[in-house]
Amino acid sequence: MTTALAVRDFVAAFVLLNAVIAVVTYVTLLERKFAARMQSRIGPYRVGPHGLLQPIADALKLMMKEDVVPATSDRWVFNLAPLVFLIPCVLIFATIPFAPGLGLADLNIGVLFFLAVSALEIVGLFMAGWGSNNKYALLSAMRAVNQIISYDLPFIFAALIPVVLGGTLRLGGIVEAQRGLWFVAYPLLGQLGFLAYLVAMIAAENRVPFDILEAESELVAGFRVEYSGMKFALIQLAEYAHVIGTSYLGALLFLGGWLGPGPAWLGLIWLSLKALAVFLLVTWVRWSFVRIRVDQILGISWKLLLPATLSLLLVAAAVVAYSGGARGA
Amino acid sequence: MQTAVFFAIAAIAVASALGLIVRRNPIHGALFLVVNLGSVAAIYLMLNAQFLAAAQVIIYAGAIMVLFVFAIMVLIPGKEETGPDPLRPFRLVAIPFGAFLLVEILLMLVVRPAPPREPPGAEGGAEAIGRLLFTDYLFPFELTSVLLLAALVGVLALAKRKA
Repeated sequence: MTTALAVRDFVAAFVLLNAVIAVVTYVTLLERKFAARMQSRIGPYRVGPHGLLQPIADALKLMMKEDVVPATSDRWVFNLAPLVFLIPCVLIFATIPFAPGLGLADLNIGVLFFLAVSALEIVGLFMAGWGSNNKYALLSAMRAVNQIISYDLPFIFAALIPVVLGGTLRLGGIVEAQRGLWFVAYPLLGQLGFLAYLVAMIAAENRVPFDILEAESELVAGFRVEYSGMKFALIQLAEYAHVIGTSYLGALLFLGGWLGPGPAWLGLIWLSLKALAVFLLVTWVRWSFVRIRVDQILGISWKLLLPATLSLLLVAAAVVAYSGGARGA
Repeated sequence: MQTAVFFAIAAIAVASALGLIVRRNPIHGALFLVVNLGSVAAIYLMLNAQFLAAAQVIIYAGAIMVLFVFAIMVLIPGKEETGPDPLRPFRLVAIPFGAFLLVEILLMLVVRPAPPREPPGAEGGAEAIGRLLFTDYLFPFELTSVLLLAALVGVLALAKRKA
């Protein structure tokens, strides 16, 4: 690789990283406003016009807070955990094509890369729970492992349905295969697949109704209870980055990615709008439902979601086999 | 460039493997194992075996988490060490096995077997592996799946009996 190429890649990665962090910061404001509207409140309003400077004020506040490390914590594990948690959550954006040719690396194993990297997220979460040396944090980490192992499989199988239909693991190829008909519009198969994807996504993000690992009423704040200041901010940042990344993946896999009316340069806007729609759907669920029990969560995964996604995958394979090859191939 | 990166990754792999053995705290050991498996995945990536690298990370991330849970549930949480080994004499078995492995590695160095038939191309991705699994290596592949199924049924039987 020549130096010029390396520098270009480095700059691109730097720009993307900062864009992700900026977007994620403002997504927190969006979620707060959205939740406030759902509950007939106004939400953040004081800092800047319509509270637009609120995320910046929050970031400044978190940066200036005291950084407390519990005396009995496992120091190395405790301090490394936020980083180990953040890196996979940001790395998933490396493979997302935002428009044709606009993205860091449209890998030929794009979907798999995304799944592999986001599977690593749990390691950081567990390190946080264990390193804090706190009963609540440890219980939360145990629950997290339980839940993530259970929901990884349905998530992977749901994400593989578009892969089978499109005949490629490359995210750009999957989008191009949806030209004319988005995968979500496939009768029954598409809608059920998307629904399974959404449910597994909410569970993988540990959001209500699947938020047993940070259940405020029993576990205080779960695995992050001992974190303060910038480390807390990193964990929050990572969680939101993961939600946004998974929303983008859902938009690419099922909602036709950058495809939409208008000239090609609108692609980035179309994709972002679709990802935003997925994100708002998830947020809507979050603020509408109540938390469900541990055994119910595991039951849904193993008894309903796993068989359902497996059979959907079989149906998708049958559709491809009888319609004479995948659309993208 | 390639060689430098390879040696850096290899050094990380060896160091983390050492850390896994040396640390007495089971959680620290498991964390070193994560680093080790990750660096092996990076070596796969350097060999253009992207599918293998991704599969390695997906599968072992789950496996490691199970290991964490076992470490907490079976061993006493919060305690630095795991206590005296109840099966200490079994450690002697490691000597012949280790010696065997060493001889194997030395043999590899001396004999230097021919490189694989086809160097993995740029598309060392899912297609190439899928084709190999369903043609040349179909029998071992199916055999492995039967083995895993047997393990699955065995676990179910054991769990059922206790309840």
